[in-house]
Amino acid sequence: MKLMNRRNLIKAMIATGTVGSMTSALSGCSLPVDEDAKPKVIVVGGGFGGATCAKYLKRFDDKLDVTLIEPKESYMTCPGSNWYLAGLVEKEYITHDYRKLQDKHGVAVIHDKVTDINARKQTVTLSDGSELSYDRLVVSPGIDFRFDAIEGYSADVIEQIPHAYQAGPQTDILYRQIREMKQGGTFIMSAPANPFRCPPGPYERVSMIADYFKKHNPTAKIIVLDAKSKFSKQGLFMEGWQELYGSMIEWFGEHDGGAVTKVEADSKTVHCDLDTFTADVLNIIPPQQAGKIAFDAGLVDESGWCPVNQETFESMIHRGIHVIGDAAIAGKMPKSGHSAASQAKMCAAAIVSQMHNWAMPRPKNVNTCYSLVGADYGISVAAVYHMQDGKIVGIEGAGGVSPHGATLQFRKMEATYANGWYKNITADIWDT
Amino acid sequence: MKTWATLRVALALSAATFASASYAEITNAELSATTCFMCHGPEGKYVGASIPPLAGYPEKVMIQQLKDFKNGKRASTVMQRHMKGYSDEEIEALALYFSKLKP
Repeated sequence: MKLMNRRNLIKAMIATGTVGSMTSALSGCSLPVDEDAKPKVIVVGGGFGGATCAKYLKRFDDKLDVTLIEPKESYMTCPGSNWYLAGLVEKEYITHDYRKLQDKHGVAVIHDKVTDINARKQTVTLSDGSELSYDRLVVSPGIDFRFDAIEGYSADVIEQIPHAYQAGPQTDILYRQIREMKQGGTFIMSAPANPFRCPPGPYERVSMIADYFKKHNPTAKIIVLDAKSKFSKQGLFMEGWQELYGSMIEWFGEHDGGAVTKVEADSKTVHCDLDTFTADVLNIIPPQQAGKIAFDAGLVDESGWCPVNQETFESMIHRGIHVIGDAAIAGKMPKSGHSAASQAKMCAAAIVSQMHNWAMPRPKNVNTCYSLVGADYGISVAAVYHMQDGKIVGIEGAGGVSPHGATLQFRKMEATYANGWYKNITADIWDT
Repeated sequence: MKTWATLRVALALSAATFASASYAEITNAELSATTCFMCHGPEGKYVGASIPPLAGYPEKVMIQQLKDFKNGKRASTVMQRHMKGYSDEEIEALALYFSKLKP
C-alpha cells in the first residue's frame, strides 16, 4: 500500500477547505520537498538500528528515496539466539528478511557490502566498485571484536572457540558444541569488560545453556570468567540460577581474578589471575568496538565508539552522517537491540524534521531488555531517557529491574512478555 | 498505513486551529508512541504476541490505566517502571494518539 504523499495531502486539505487558519502557517513555513527532487537517504546496516531507521524514514516521509544496504539476505537476531541455544525456539523464529521493507514500505534494499564511505563527496562504495550518492547517510554497523585484547584469541580460531556474539554461523557452532559436549563436561564462558553489546546477554546465555544441560547433561559445570566485577541484573540472575540450577553455574568477577588474559585454542585452556582452566566447550566473548565501516569512515573517537549529537544522532565528526545503535555513544542507553531501534526512530524523525524545517520532536527514549533465566522464568530491566545538557540520561525514579524475591508466577509472566517483546519488535522492524 | 498520515494531519489541524503550528510535524506523542510499538505491536496492532495491542484503545481507559500503573494502584510487571518516566500530560497525549489508530 502506498502512503498518501504530503503534496496530495495539502491539495486535499485546500480542496476540501479544511485548511482554514492553516493557510498562513503553510505559506510561512518551508514546504515539503520540491515536486521531483527526492532527497536520498542511505542506511548502512540492516540490524535493529538500520532496518528500523529505513522503515521509519519512509513512515515519516514516504517521498524520501531510502536505500538500505545490508550484506545478508536473511538476518538472525542476537536477541533470541540464546533461546535457540537452549532449544526453546527454532532457528526460523529468530531469522528475518527484508521483503516487507522492500515490497510494502518502499525501501530499496541492496544486499552488498559497503567498502568505503566518502563524507566529503557524500558517496558510499559497494564491493563491486559502484558508487551511490546520498543527501544523508545513516550508519548502523553494530560491533566489531577487539581480537588483539586476549592473547591467543583471534579471528583464526573462532570456528573452534566461537564468540557467538554476532548471530548466524557462530551461533550454530556453539549450538552444536553444547550438544556434543561429554556428560559431566565443563562449559566456560569469558565475558567482556564494559561497554559491550547487550549487557545481560552473556548471563542469559549461561542461563539458557544451564536450562539445556539440566535436561540433557545434568552433571555438567558452567564457569563464567568475567572482566567485570558486576553485571547487569546480577542479583536477579544469581537468584534465578540458585532457584533453577543449584550450583551448576559459578561466576568469577574481575575482583576474583576472573578476567581472561590468554587462550590456548588447541587445548581450550584459559588463563586468568585466579587460575588456569581447561574447558570442554569454550565461549570467548571478546571486548568490543564499533563496527569496521565506522572506523574506515573515520566516525570513531579514541574510545573505539562513535561520538554523536545525542538528540539527532548526527556524527560529531562528519556532518550529514548519522550513527545509531551499538556503535554510537548514546549517553546512558545500553547497547541493545531495543535501544538501537528506539534511537533509529529518533534519528529518522530528526532527519525528516530537519529536511522539512519542522520543529524537532523531543520525546522520551526507552529501553526494555528481557532475559530468560529459564524457559518460564523471565526478568527485565527498563529505563526511560530524556536529554539533559546534550546527553541522554535516565529519568530519575523511572526504570529499574524486576523485583527481587518475586513469585514464580511473576517470573513466568515476564518470560511470556519476553517472547511477546521479541515477536512485536521484530514485527515492527522486519515482519510487517 | 494511511492511518498515521491522515491522523497526523488531523491532529496537526486541530492543534493548528489554536496555535497555527506548521502542518504534519512529527509530534512528541507520535514519536513516543512508536517506541511503545516495540513491545505492544507495530502501529499498535495485534500480530499474535502476548503483550496487549494498543491501537484503538479507548482513550479514557488508557489514561486511567497508565496513571494507575504510574502511582502503583494497578499491579504491573514493567509498566510502572516505564510510566514513572512520563508526565500526566504525556500520558494523555499518548492515549489520544493510540485511540485514533486503527486496530
